[in-house]
Amino acid sequence: MSQISRRKLITTGLAAAAGVSGLVAAERIARRYGLIPPDSSGFYGPGETLTYAAQRLITTHSLAREFPRSMISKAPFANEVDKVSDEFKRHQAANFSDWRLAIDGMVANPVSLSVSDIKSLPYRSQITEVVCEEGWSYIAEWIGTPLHEVLHAAEILPQARYVVYYSIQSDWWESIDMADALHPQTFITWGMNDGDLPVSFGGPLRMRIPRQLGYKSVKYIVRLTATDSLKRFGKGLGSASPEGGYAWYAGI
Amino acid sequence: MPVVASPAKTETPRHAAFVRVTHWLTVVAFVALLITGGEIVISHPRFYWGEIGNVNTRPLFIIPIPSSRDMVPTGYKYVMPDQNGWSRYLHFQAAWLLVFTGAVYLIAGLGTGHFRKNLIPVPGDRTPRAHWRRIAQYIRRVPPDASEIRSYNVLQRTTYLTVIFILFPLVIWTGLALSPGFNSAFPFLVNVLGGRQSARTLHFFVSGALLLFLIVHIVMVAVSGFWTRTKPMIIGRPASIEEEP
Repeated sequence: MSQISRRKLITTGLAAAAGVSGLVAAERIARRYGLIPPDSSGFYGPGETLTYAAQRLITTHSLAREFPRSMISKAPFANEVDKVSDEFKRHQAANFSDWRLAIDGMVANPVSLSVSDIKSLPYRSQITEVVCEEGWSYIAEWIGTPLHEVLHAAEILPQARYVVYYSIQSDWWESIDMADALHPQTFITWGMNDGDLPVSFGGPLRMRIPRQLGYKSVKYIVRLTATDSLKRFGKGLGSASPEGGYAWYAGI
Repeated sequence: MPVVASPAKTETPRHAAFVRVTHWLTVVAFVALLITGGEIVISHPRFYWGEIGNVNTRPLFIIPIPSSRDMVPTGYKYVMPDQNGWSRYLHFQAAWLLVFTGAVYLIAGLGTGHFRKNLIPVPGDRTPRAHWRRIAQYIRRVPPDASEIRSYNVLQRTTYLTVIFILFPLVIWTGLALSPGFNSAFPFLVNVLGGRQSARTLHFFVSGALLLFLIVHIVMVAVSGFWTRTKPMIIGRPASIEEEP
């Protein structure tokens, strides 16, 4: 009887050791392949890591659904933003002629581009859905310069693993990994439904990432920073969202 | 009570260990999903059908509660506190727990013949009539047959099979269909539901069906003796054995 329980004990011990070393190995591999999100610490870390890793394994190259022109929403909803700053109002009064988008960090050629500079780069349009974490959604046509065009104009370095982007509004910044940064549907958006991008929808320049929830699509962007680590940005959780209690990866 | 006579040591447990463990893990995951799901609904208590829906479009129906967002026209002057951040983190973490628990349960259930032995109604019971007979027995409050001490009756079996093989897969599917990342890889899983907002509405209704099951389940357990029913789900052996002198 005691021998059986000893055998059981040894088997259980071995299984536990195998389990722990398996987890450690899995963690190493996940880190190596960039499957750990920056907000992976804390109580919700395991769930967040599983979601991000699973989606990265299956969605790296997949395209967000695009819709026929007939499905463009007649009355899209411009989500409210905090009161715009005086600086923004000055730009608005000048019709955004002095608006600049700076690209810095891990790039060989840091540049500062005007809205017309960006419009002169190759551009695309997509009819995709804006999906808010609250549950509502709408479809619009978005016209913009794919982010990878802008990053290549700045000669992004191969070591870069994330792109951090900032709104002119204070404390509004996000970041994405290279899978999303180089994704063909990730746009520096400047047009909507065949016109200029209205201010209420993020004009003059808005990030659009249709494979993630709306809160990653920051409005009024003025700066992009390429980096190999998010530790030095803000509290090191990846972006302003996790600092406010929301997940960094918003593909779900 | 012939079962009482057999010694406890050689008793086969009323519920197998894997059933007990996965049952309580499912309880933890489901309660977390229910609470956080409710919190997330509060940020937009309007439901739509089709691909899109927002405050500028006509809802299918509205839940008449205040919202945690001031842009939702609810008729209340009160705006609830925003709880979506942790609710979303916990919702998805609990969803993973549910999926892993479900996988263990399915594998163990197939391996041990649990579904065949304990859940699929016995041959004579696979008729609507057998179900009606058991419902009538409930209504007339006739005490359960001796066979029910050791196994589930036909209504339980059909209900559990529905919950395990229809409602849970549906709630996972409709939930996944709300993920923009997942949808990019498997667009047909949202398209066949009629679009994103249809998926959200269906997710809400399937969750409601699961909540209804939870309530009826707890009521039935309570009515038939809360501890005599709950103890075997914790320790495995029927409570009566321990209580007998």
